[in-house]
Amino acid sequence: MGKTLAEKVWDAHVVHQASGEPDLLFIDLHLVHEVTSPQAFDGLRAANRKVRRPDLTLLTEDHNVPTQDIDKPIADLVSRAQVDALRNNAKEFGLKIFSLGNIDQGIVHVVGPQLGLTQPGMTVVCGDSHTSTHGAFGALAFGIGTSEVEHVLATQTLPLKPFKTMAITVNGKLPQGSTAKDIILAVIAKISTGGGQGYVLEYRGEAIRSLSMEGRMTICNMSIEAGARAGMIAPDETTFEYLKGRDHAPKGKDWDDAVAYWKTLKTDDDAKFDAEVIIDANSLTAFVTWGTNPGQGVSIDDVVPDPNSFTNPTEKSAAERALVYMDLKSGTKMRDIKVDTVFLGSCTNGRIEDLRAAAAILKGKKVASSVRMMVVPGSAKVAIQAEHEGLPAIFKEAGADWRSAGCSMCLGMNPDKLKPGERAASTSNRNFEGRQGPGGRTHLVSPLVAAATAITGHLSTPDEIK
Amino acid sequence: MDKFLTHTGSALPLRRSNVDTDQIIPAEYLKRITRHGFEDALFKAWREDPNFVLNKPEYKDATILVAGPEFGTGSSREHAVWALMDYGFKVVLSSRYADIFRGNSGKAGLVTAEVSQDVIEKIWALIEKDSNTQITVDLDKRQVKAGDLVADFQIDDYVRWRLMEGLDDIGLTLRNESKITEFEKSRPSYKPQTV
Ligand code: SF4
Repeated sequence: MGKTLAEKVWDAHVVHQASGEPDLLFIDLHLVHEVTSPQAFDGLRAANRKVRRPDLTLLTEDHNVPTQDIDKPIADLVSRAQVDALRNNAKEFGLKIFSLGNIDQGIVHVVGPQLGLTQPGMTVVCGDSHTSTHGAFGALAFGIGTSEVEHVLATQTLPLKPFKTMAITVNGKLPQGSTAKDIILAVIAKISTGGGQGYVLEYRGEAIRSLSMEGRMTICNMSIEAGARAGMIAPDETTFEYLKGRDHAPKGKDWDDAVAYWKTLKTDDDAKFDAEVIIDANSLTAFVTWGTNPGQGVSIDDVVPDPNSFTNPTEKSAAERALVYMDLKSGTKMRDIKVDTVFLGSCTNGRIEDLRAAAAILKGKKVASSVRMMVVPGSAKVAIQAEHEGLPAIFKEAGADWRSAGCSMCLGMNPDKLKPGERAASTSNRNFEGRQGPGGRTHLVSPLVAAATAITGHLSTPDEIK
Repeated sequence: MDKFLTHTGSALPLRRSNVDTDQIIPAEYLKRITRHGFEDALFKAWREDPNFVLNKPEYKDATILVAGPEFGTGSSREHAVWALMDYGFKVVLSSRYADIFRGNSGKAGLVTAEVSQDVIEKIWALIEKDSNTQITVDLDKRQVKAGDLVADFQIDDYVRWRLMEGLDDIGLTLRNESKITEFEKSRPSYKPQTV
């Protein structure tokens, strides 16, 4: 019987296999950031261990770093101590680090792909759940905890139990105004936040194939929001085109060898998935969330649902709680929901394509006076590219705030936070209670909806903008 | 890591589903660079409500957390496991866990025992009636006992073995170090390096 893409990548990395034990997998790339690593380095020190493969390890500062005044020492002393710990660990263990101010600094999941370090058929891990992003290249990429970070640092391997596989086939063509973000929000609403548990999701079908690498990354990024460990998309010409010429992409004969191998990385026709889901892209409208988990989403043309419409008692009580937290009434039109803040950024939608799409809508327009809009590029390179294209000027003229790269208001570990009760339309990936600041309320949206919403002041699509 | 064979203690009912790791410990507390001392951060936002179950004196000695489905979704932060353990929890009971959370628990020594939602409901009823109800979680027998209720729970075989032996994962892996070295030699030259 044939193999799925995930199984092929898995099998190519098995170092050791024995019955009753998890497989030991080799890890091709280990990305590290300041938040989930200090205790792992402490563990190495305590056991007198070294980093086995510094050449397969990369550190970047992203979660804690400020997005303003980045040439000054970090004002928050606790954040500064954590970033300093990362810098010291880099020095002590001889690891490459992209610090604040470096041209390659940025959100870990933006940095890997833009350097060409994320390639098809690799195993990629990071102490961050959105490592699933890298699956867009046909890599098996997943988030790990701090104990596992230590394990990978020490051994460059991880003991893992095989995942199940789920095919998510998105047929048809996305209508104008709908994006990759809307696909993935619709997928999560359909299979729920636990639906992907134990699975690697493989996204397939015409609508996926026609997406850019940026769009594919947006989709794979949010696989974790469906509970899945990883999301994958088979590499194709779009992937090769994106990688070619990047700093760390193979060159010369290596490139030809690599591409020949990458072309074998697709699910065989006779392979079997453990589960299958089919979505029709033709009818997909912009999707937005109303609740406090990413599965609580509807079409923007819909209304806030009635908790009684959920037959499952757990979902019903979750909806009741969510409506209280979000201060929403069932039956309210999604489009009537007013927001105070619009956040454009994060590893889901902080790439150049996302900024371009939003800028095209904001050009010559003004952000509503009741709204503050924050635009945070995913990496320093994205920021530079945006400068080249004149995007910051468009944002600033519209009245938005243009910042330096980082996670920023995606999780509010730095000063960029929502105030209690504030409501945001956010292009990030999590609408959990307090995620963007204690008491803050989040509606997850696409960059197009974010830009249109900034102009009107309530959840909107670009076609509302004259 | 200490060996875990069986544990008996009182339990706390957390009647919520989709308890994400941002709720278990908010991002603000992840700036700490130590591995202990996270008990003050556990369920920080919810604890501000005096009626939140963690604030109820009758549950203050609980060592077993009984939660709704999809426990531990969201961020990969292992701090969530540390906060639960620092607070004094030894076991979580739920009908479904998020994968990364469950993996982290197994590494750090927190037992995540999976039972049906029906069993959870029954235990909730028992401990809400009498907060002193003693619950036994027997890892060897994979059984949870609460009053007259006896139910089997699920946990990964290998994780169970490691917890019962109190074994360190890295040490186990390094037994196969020669195989890692062998594998490294076979890697194609087109694989990227970060340096
Ligand atoms: S942007 Fe948000 S989701 Fe992405 S790595 Fe940063 S904090 Fe995590």
